[in-house]
Amino acid sequence: MGASAPLKRRITGAKAPAVEGAPTERGERGEAIFGLRDVTVKYIGVPAVRGIGFDITENEITALIGPSGCGKSTLIRCLNRMNDLIPGATVEGTVLYHGQDLYAANVDAVEVRKRIGMVFQKPNPFPKSIYDNIAFGPRVLGMKGDMDEIVERALTRGALWDEVKDRLKSSAFGMSGGQQQRLCIARCLAVEPDVILMDEPCSALDPISTGRIEDLMLELKELYSIVIVTHNMQQAARVSDRTAFFTVELDKGEQHRTGQMVEFDETDKIFTNPSDSRTEAYVTGRVG
Amino acid sequence: MRAARSSKLRDAAFRIALLTCIGISLLLLGILLVDVVRDGIGQLSFDFLNRFSSINAKRSGIEAALMGTLWLMAVCAGFIVPIGVATAVYLEEYADNGRWWNRLIEVNIQNLAAVPSIVYGILGLAFLVRGPLSLGNVVLAGGLTLGLLVLPVVIISGREAIRAVPSSIREGSLALGATRWQTIWRQVLPASIPGIATGVILALSRAIGETAPLIVVGAATFIAFNPSGLDSQFTALPIQIFDWISRPSNDINNYKPLAAGGILVLMILLLAMNSIAIWLRNRYEQKW
Repeated sequence: MGASAPLKRRITGAKAPAVEGAPTERGERGEAIFGLRDVTVKYIGVPAVRGIGFDITENEITALIGPSGCGKSTLIRCLNRMNDLIPGATVEGTVLYHGQDLYAANVDAVEVRKRIGMVFQKPNPFPKSIYDNIAFGPRVLGMKGDMDEIVERALTRGALWDEVKDRLKSSAFGMSGGQQQRLCIARCLAVEPDVILMDEPCSALDPISTGRIEDLMLELKELYSIVIVTHNMQQAARVSDRTAFFTVELDKGEQHRTGQMVEFDETDKIFTNPSDSRTEAYVTGRVG
Repeated sequence: MRAARSSKLRDAAFRIALLTCIGISLLLLGILLVDVVRDGIGQLSFDFLNRFSSINAKRSGIEAALMGTLWLMAVCAGFIVPIGVATAVYLEEYADNGRWWNRLIEVNIQNLAAVPSIVYGILGLAFLVRGPLSLGNVVLAGGLTLGLLVLPVVIISGREAIRAVPSSIREGSLALGATRWQTIWRQVLPASIPGIATGVILALSRAIGETAPLIVVGAATFIAFNPSGLDSQFTALPIQIFDWISRPSNDINNYKPLAAGGILVLMILLLAMNSIAIWLRNRYEQKW
């Protein structure tokens, strides 16, 4: 297991230290769960996204939007250290989680991922039964308690229990795409995370399934903090509290395209009265 | 129009040429089968399977050879499954292809698959039968020699089976806080078992017909007892067949039908193993 200190969750008063360039706090804004400070991610030395700094608030839905290649998926994968799995990927700057540096030497990536769950673009159920898909996480984490109860609770929170309670032992591959994606959300809820990261969770789904997942997200934000990457601006407008807009620009004199954050603000403001003209052009559909 | 007709003609001629080639190979196989079945079918009986080899052709059987072959296959399987699967897991899941030693291992495994079997026989003789291990010409040495011979087949097919498991499954598992080892043990390996098993069976069906390495490691040609353990002397079906064919036959003792009977038994075993492999592959093939 190595000499890894467990990630201690700070309970109260541990506000992420304010840093120059970070957005100012707004009125009733809750506690910051993530603080990004000048984060740059490189793949084999080439920056994919550069100089990102903003705070993500607890019990809110934060949307990351922008054109393809702007690094929003790369950035969200920093938040639970999934980039560790990609050979050649390096993260510079500081990613604070409850004030603690996620990339500090004594932080174990496996511990991070226990607390920060992730839902992927394409539903990726395991080739097992519905029950075993949910039970997998609690089992590998050695969670105590009645497994049937854990499974029922997760499926209920994932708004899936009524649809599947009579066929828990059948293969997850027999479900529709939308059901599979809700299963993946429920699977993530079963390990009782703190945050749920969603990387374009609806891009492979039809509008009705998308609507159900959006409803589910709005319910879940009472209990969890959610960060969502989406290509769909209407989706960001419908569900999120705050939105970060990213863009992609060619490096000066270089061949590489690097993502940058243009603006981060309350979703209403981003969509109705953005401060940057590039944001306005994108959200009104003139570019992108 | 003329051009069209001539290209049509060429098309037809090509088709006929291909069909002729298939016909020739099928015809040869057919002749071989008919010949062996005609000579050997009269031999197939319970007594044939249940008698030891004898100078008297009428009282000869293949019991010692059949039991020897089964022992060899058991030793071979016990050796290639753990070593082959572990190697495949290392190469697919852990090895960094950027490192020269991993590429060296990979190239060498592919080369080993092409080494003539007699070379493995010499290796077995030098290292297992004599030399460092000095096991003698026993079942263990024979089985391990055959294992070395077919190990590359198991590794290559095991790697293919592991590679066929999509990375989204690994990501889904890791994102729940499972460790790398838990992900491999509980997700990747179970999902790739049908492919691995198919590879193992095909490897064994290659090993079962090997003659040359067994001759070199000193399989007995005439034996009238079953192997009693790993340290027992042994013979095997191909050796027994070879022995019968090479003996001078006369009107009193005609060994040729015995050889044909032995070939039939070997072929039935082979076909059965390959059928199981095909069945496994079709029955448990995972549609991702």
